Order: sequence, then structure tokens, then C-alpha cells
Amino acid sequence: MQSGPLNWLSQVAAITKFGLLSIPQRRGAVAATICGTAGVVTVFIGVLSIAAGFRRVMASSGAPDAAIVLRSGADSEMVSGFGREETRLIADAPGLARNARGPLVSAELFVIINLPKRSTGTDANVPLRGVEGAAAEVREQLKIVSGRMFEPGKNEVIVGAGAAREFAGLDVGAVVKVGRESWPVVGIYTANGGLAESEMWTDAKVLQAAYQRGDSFQSVYARLASPGAFDQFKDALTTNPRLNVKVQRVSDYYAEQSTMLASLITGLGVLIAALMAVGAVFGALNTMYSAVAARTREIATLRALGFGRGAVVLALMVESLVLALGGGAIGALAAYAVFNNFTAATMNWQSFSQVTFAFAVTPALLVQGVIWATLIGLIGGLLPAVRAARLPIASALREL
Amino acid sequence: MSQPQSNGSPLVRIDGVEKYFQRGAEKIHVLAELNLTVAPGEFLALMGPSGSGKSTLLNLIGGLDRPTKGTVTVAGERIDQLSDRQLADWRARHIGFVFQLYNLIPVLNAERNVELPLLLTHLTGAQRAKHVAAALALVGLSHRAKHFPRTMSGGEQQRVGIARGIVTDPTLLLCDEPTGDLDRKAGDEILDLLGALNREQGKTIVMVTHDPHASARASRTVHLFKGQITSEAVK
Ligand SMILES: Nc1ncnc2c1ncn2[C@@H]1O[C@H](COP(=O)(O)OP(=O)(O)OP(=O)(O)O)[C@@H](O)[C@H]1O
Ligand SMILES: [Mg+2]
Repeated sequence: MQSGPLNWLSQVAAITKFGLLSIPQRRGAVAATICGTAGVVTVFIGVLSIAAGFRRVMASSGAPDAAIVLRSGADSEMVSGFGREETRLIADAPGLARNARGPLVSAELFVIINLPKRSTGTDANVPLRGVEGAAAEVREQLKIVSGRMFEPGKNEVIVGAGAAREFAGLDVGAVVKVGRESWPVVGIYTANGGLAESEMWTDAKVLQAAYQRGDSFQSVYARLASPGAFDQFKDALTTNPRLNVKVQRVSDYYAEQSTMLASLITGLGVLIAALMAVGAVFGALNTMYSAVAARTREIATLRALGFGRGAVVLALMVESLVLALGGGAIGALAAYAVFNNFTAATMNWQSFSQVTFAFAVTPALLVQGVIWATLIGLIGGLLPAVRAARLPIASALREL
Repeated sequence: MSQPQSNGSPLVRIDGVEKYFQRGAEKIHVLAELNLTVAPGEFLALMGPSGSGKSTLLNLIGGLDRPTKGTVTVAGERIDQLSDRQLADWRARHIGFVFQLYNLIPVLNAERNVELPLLLTHLTGAQRAKHVAAALALVGLSHRAKHFPRTMSGGEQQRVGIARGIVTDPTLLLCDEPTGDLDRKAGDEILDLLGALNREQGKTIVMVTHDPHASARASRTVHLFKGQITSEAVK
């Protein structure tokens, strides 16, 4: 009979096919492997979608042409402070966007107030921010979605959509009582999903008066004439001998603020997923060992017929990989269905107040989940495949 | 030792073969100083009590194992010196196996089982289908081509096994107790089939068996006892 070099791929394909066809006979173990892998991938993607969502909020909190000015050495608005004179100097700096009323800057201050959460009824911190007239234009994404803007000079607040969702009693028409002060809620706003949505805003002057802050501020938010004008603005302020400030793009500022929490969550997610992955690898090992045990005689028969050792190893690896990827796909879909856009609130450790955000199951996370599944499949398949390839053909042929 | 029918060179020549197995510290002496030749076109039966080394000898002839000492030559090729990989290729080209427990792949139907050895050749799908159909016709199972092993009787499964063994037209057909798991009637049918393959197709067959009834069909019978050939009978 004619015969040449062996058709290796068709060997692998044939053996893989028997393996996959025999899955119904090994339902239990196969289901366990698939579920185990799916669990790892779901948890991994789920936990990391928290970090991704948090990062996304922080990153969407600043347009590229927005800048924040803090006192030099301050890492956050909490520990920064300016007097009226300084904020005026900042507003006079070159490189700023302007409208008919002047440069687009907003000197701001904020206080932390305690409000009960809708979900648990327990109190948590919400920033109440005092802003100046140009604040909404400085943050171009700000949009009043119900009610209206607060009126300057009045004890009125507008509430970010995230805070309104998270905290009780923040609906338009409600009145927030803090100490002796009463703050009617007159509007709800969105800010492109950014951090501002977790805050409440009022007029800066009113807030200064209510909290005996005199004429002091904590930060200045500014809109640049263009993203490229940042250096000009920054240089003018940092070289001004009458100022001692730090100038950052708002996006950079928030990104910096989110790094710690995001990397903490990411680390935790990877750790949990790794622990579960160890379990899943054992599950896959078990499944593939039992697959090899159940097919000892078949594998030996194929080897007797002339199928190669490498083809056996590869086919079993492929089988293991297919199972794990099946589990991975299920896990990724589950994570997407459950976690994507799931909203939550967490502490922003730099301002000690609540940040509301949506979990983000990003394509990158899905890809990483699939990579985890691949690794589980490869590691779980390798040892059983090697065992199968090492089977002494002669004695394995007689195995029942 | 007599060499009947050996007009020309033998198809199989076993020369001074010894075989040990190492089981822990224990050395199991299975074949000792064994010489045997098989002529082309022979139907040889290997008999002997359990543990006498029949399967071990058959495995050496079929390139499933290598002797500890001595040489095994099949169709002019020293197979005791081939590597595992070379042996696998060599088996695909030269050997058809028939097993006591049929060893069919349960998830494949009859024709897919028979096709297996052809996956190791360069035949196209259409060519493979032709060979498979011919082999199934030869064993009288054309009508069960699409049936799965579990739906067939033992005798039918063994006939599928034989079809798989001959589909590549191998140099040698090696059968290890092909009727060992069958009742007398089914066993007889298998023996008839092997006899016909030998007579009509000129297949060289080496068959291990316990059953004198089976060995009676062979053209020569060799008896093994404790790893040595004790007697030979030529029909
Ligand atoms: N892989 C192996 N490792 C260790 N010992 C083995 C191995 N294969 C066979 N043996 C031993 O070699 C001896 C001969 O075995 P073999 O299978 O050749 O006997 P047999 O004549 O075919 O017997 P049976 O009729 O029971 O099939 C037995 O004692 C067996 O236990
Ligand atoms: Mg035996």
C-alpha cells in the first residue's frame, strides 16, 4: 500500500475528535472542569471590572483641556488652600479659555457631609462642593438632567446623578439638613460618568459662609484655550513669585488619585483568581486523567496502528484546551451579563468620600479571562497527555 | 528447526531473541533464546499456556516492543533497532492487528473505525472510502457500515476489527486470541474469515490462540512453554 510521511494533522484531528465525541460519557467530570474554569474567569473578570470601572470614572472626570491648580505640595484638594488674592492671580494667567464674562475658571472648596445610603441606611460621606459661576463651563460635560441650576447666593444644591442614586433623600424638591443649615435640592446633573457625579454642588460664597471659611478656597479648576495651552498656563503660574502652586491636567490628577485603589482591587482580583485557578487546574487535571484512564485501551490501539506519540499528546492538549475555553467563554459571558454596568459606590481615599461608578467589563478584561482559561487548559492537560503518551502499548492494549 | 514453505527468504525471522521485563527489583524472564521464521503466505498459530510468552512474542513481531537481546527481521528490515517513532511509522505500513477485545473506538461507526489506519496514509477521502468499502465487503459487513460497535455482536465487532486490520493491505496480519471472547459459532466464523484471507488473498497471518480448534485452521502451529518453543506441527 502506498504510504509516505504520515499525515500528522489528520492524526491529531482524528484523536481529538474521539475525545470530544466521548464527552457525553464523561459528563460529570467534564461539567466540573467547565464550571471550574468558568468560575475562575467570572471572578477574575468580575473583580477586575471593579478596578476598570473605577479607573474609567476617574479618567472621564477630566477633559484634556481642563486643569486643576492646588497649593504646591498638596496631593489632593483636601489638603490644599488658597486665599481670594491667589485665585485672582490664577484667573489672570495666560492660556485660559474665556467667554463674555471673562476667563473660564472656578475657585472651589468643599466640605464633607454625612448622608444615609439608600441601600443600607447607614451614613456615608458625600462631598458638598462650592463652585463659582463658570464651573459648569469649566467641566464641559456637566448637564442638568432634572430640575435646574442652583441660584448664586442661595442655599441651594444640585446633586450628581451617582450621589442621587446612592444616597437617600437627594431627589429634586427634597431638603438636605446639615447642622443648622437646610439645603433644598433643586437639580440633578450628570458629568459624563465622571467623579463630579458623586458630589453635590452649591455656590462657593454660600458654602464659605455656612462653614465659616471666610474667603478661602481649596482648588481652582480652569478651562484651557486648547489642550496645548497647558504648558503656557502652568509655566506662568509656577514661575510667578507671588504664587506657590501645583498645576495638573484634571485627567492626570484623577488618574493619580485612582491608582492606589485600582491597583489594590486589581491585586486582590488576581490573587483570588489565582487561588481559584489552582483549584480549576486540579479539576482539569482530574478530568483529563480520567479521560486518559477511560481511553487507555483506545489510545494504545491507535498507537499500535501507528498513530504517533506527539499526535496523542497534542490531541489531548487540544481537548483539554477546548474544555477550558468552553468554560472560559461561559465565564466571560456570565461576568459580562452580571457585572458590566453594575453600579456601586466606594470610598475615594483621597477625599474620604463616596465615589459611585459602574463596573466595566472591558474587551481587554475578556481577553485576559480567556488567557486564564487557556493556561488552565494547558496546565491541566499537559500531565495527563504525557502520561497517555508514555503508556506502554503492549500492556495498555489489554486494559479493560 | 524445520522451515516449511520457506521457498525463498522468510517474511519474519526471529534470531536468538530474549526478553526480560523488569518489575521492581524482579527480573521476569519471558522469552529465552528463541528462533522462529514465518514464510510469506503462512498462517501460523502460536499456542501455549497462559504466561508462556505468546503475546510478548507477537508484540515483538509487530513492533510494539523490542527484544532485550537478539534480532527481529520483518520483510528484510531489522525492526529491533528502530526508534519508537520509526516503529510507529513501520507498523502503519506493515502490520495489521486484530485484538481479543476488538479494540474498536466506541464513538466511531464501523466504517470510521476501519478508516483509522488509512488516516496515516496519503490517500484522499474518496480513496479511503473505496478501501474501507472493499474491506467491509470482504468481511461481509457492508450493510453495517454506519453502525456503532455497541450495536453489534461480538462476532460482528471482530469482523470490523479484521477489516481495520487488512484495510491497508499490510505485510502481516497479527491476531492475539481473536476468538478468545467469542462463542464457538462466532469464533468459527472469524476463523473461516481468517482462513479465507490467508488462502484467497495470500495474507500472512500469525495468530495467538489457546484453542486447539482454532489452531487446527492454521497451516502451522508452534507451541510455547515458558518462553521457549517446545514443538511444531505442520498441517
Ligand atoms: N509489560 C510487562 N511487564 C512485566 N511483565 C510482563 C509484561 N508483559 C508480560 N509480562 C509477563 O510476561 C509473561 C508472559 O506474558 P504474555 O502476555 O506474553 O503471556 P501469554 O502467553 O500471552 O499469556 P496469556 O495466554 O495469558 O495471554 C507473563 O508472566 C506476564 O506477566
Ligand atoms: Mg496473551
